[in-house]
Amino acid sequence: MVTSVRAAQPVITARNLVKAYGDVNAVDGISFDVPAGESFGLLGPNGAGKSTTMRMIGGVSQRTSGQLDIMGLDPELQGPEVRAHLGVVPQQDNLDEELRVRDNLIIYGRYFGLSRSYLAQRADELLEFAQLEDKAKARVDSLSGGMKRRLTIARSLINDPKILLLDEPTTGLDPQARHVLWDRLFRLKERGVTLVLTTHYMDEAEQLCDRLIVVDKGQIMAEGSPAELIRKHSSREVLEVRFGTDRNAAAADQLDGTGDRIEVLPDRVLVYSENGEESLEVIRARGLRPMTSLVRRASLEDVFLRLTGRSLID
Amino acid sequence: MSILHDDDYILAPDRRPLSALYSRNARAVIERGFRVIKSQNWVVLVSGFFEPVFYLLSMGIGLGRLVGSVQGPSGAPISYAAYIAPALLAVSAMNGAIYDSTWNIFFKMHFGKLYQSMLYTSLGPFDIAVGEIFMALFRGFLYALGFTGVMAVMGLIATPWALLLVPAAVTVAFGFASFGMAITSYMKTFQQMDVITFVMLPMFLFSATFYPLSVYPEPVQWVVEALPLWHGVELMREISTGAFSVLTLVHLLYYLVMILVGLAFTTRRLRALFLR
Repeated sequence: MVTSVRAAQPVITARNLVKAYGDVNAVDGISFDVPAGESFGLLGPNGAGKSTTMRMIGGVSQRTSGQLDIMGLDPELQGPEVRAHLGVVPQQDNLDEELRVRDNLIIYGRYFGLSRSYLAQRADELLEFAQLEDKAKARVDSLSGGMKRRLTIARSLINDPKILLLDEPTTGLDPQARHVLWDRLFRLKERGVTLVLTTHYMDEAEQLCDRLIVVDKGQIMAEGSPAELIRKHSSREVLEVRFGTDRNAAAADQLDGTGDRIEVLPDRVLVYSENGEESLEVIRARGLRPMTSLVRRASLEDVFLRLTGRSLID
Repeated sequence: MSILHDDDYILAPDRRPLSALYSRNARAVIERGFRVIKSQNWVVLVSGFFEPVFYLLSMGIGLGRLVGSVQGPSGAPISYAAYIAPALLAVSAMNGAIYDSTWNIFFKMHFGKLYQSMLYTSLGPFDIAVGEIFMALFRGFLYALGFTGVMAVMGLIATPWALLLVPAAVTVAFGFASFGMAITSYMKTFQQMDVITFVMLPMFLFSATFYPLSVYPEPVQWVVEALPLWHGVELMREISTGAFSVLTLVHLLYYLVMILVGLAFTTRRLRALFLR
């Protein structure tokens, strides 16, 4: 993604943010800056504290300690004023089920104090944006999951936000809808809108984020552009070899030195290497015969798994 | 749509009071409420109206046949139905207001996610609280209007003063609604919510609703006289017969204080209620 050239002032400044629920710190001392017009990502497994951080930025969750500055204001002291310029796409759609589709946009706009005549026009534009023109009068509960998501995203733009907060925006969307959304987000970015998004789709982070932080257990594990993170935390390529489930571990013992780092998974062995093909030659030269092999570029996913571990988090 | 520049990203603080919690836009919450009512099934809206009517029919007419006439607030005898009807109006105003400000808020907070989406706009918790209390009072107003009409049809109204039953019922509802939200802010689970019913039911039964206060020994009378529903019941009874006294003012004053204290209490608890 193209990085914006101007050296912008930070529009979000977070310093040592902490949010405690009882004895647990959901967010445990996070600091970052987001310059104007940047597209900034928070990556992390479930329960890492991403959504809580987003909620604190919106001023709807009170922080336990730390400082937060959004466009020059503290969202806890100036919530309504800050949120007048934010657009929010929450993780779970929270559309107003008691209102029809178009009324969802109009009433939401009224919450911002926008005029009815402005909203009548804006709602039609956004219905078109979300490709829901023919659903204007439909009940919300009759919409499919993808339609609801598109409506939620359209709704977040009703006030022409300067900063758009997207909490896992494309979860539950099909590939077509995801690409449409990425295109729309890219256009907003071109207009200078600052994007802050959480995701655990690595391709989405690579597509959309100029810069990102990897968060785990409420703390920042790494920070940088997608390319920087891959360079810093992974080799250039990854060789995936399979010897069969019961032989992977045994084979891995003989792979020492074939790459920068070896990782044994139940179904395959990963060899992190600057040149995957060369590593494969070395492995074959040692007399090992993998059943299948695959050389690929290292991705953000490799970085993510390295930093946050492979065990499941509930 | 224009291109955003760095200068567009500098916001000026709002220095008016309560600016952390209030954007002076409660009318948007009210506008939503009316739009929902417009598209809603009318059966849902009017169902709450029938509860006091059923009580009036069963107790007033059924039980009233056994009781005969009783002494009214002015000292003159009135029918048992005319005696309990204003009390039932007070009870209905209380129940409606408590339901709207506790269960309804609790449900929308934890399950409907309505407030979650409202709070991500310029609206603050105070806008939502004012808007929701207004909607609760509007519903209370409709029910009171209907119930007073039923009383008139049943011949239980003898004075034009009875028209004041409607604003009085709204006042009683306001008193309870302003406290209800603050109390809800302490509730975390359904089990805790049941405590509300546990408090409301005895208050309904023992606040001189169905019989005069004089049946109690004096210490019990003092307790009942301290309860908000008793003041509501007495206020309604005095209005329905036009038998006003200094006590009428005391009852009104009680509710005025209750509303003011309740609103201050609720405002203090807004962060705990909405911004967790």
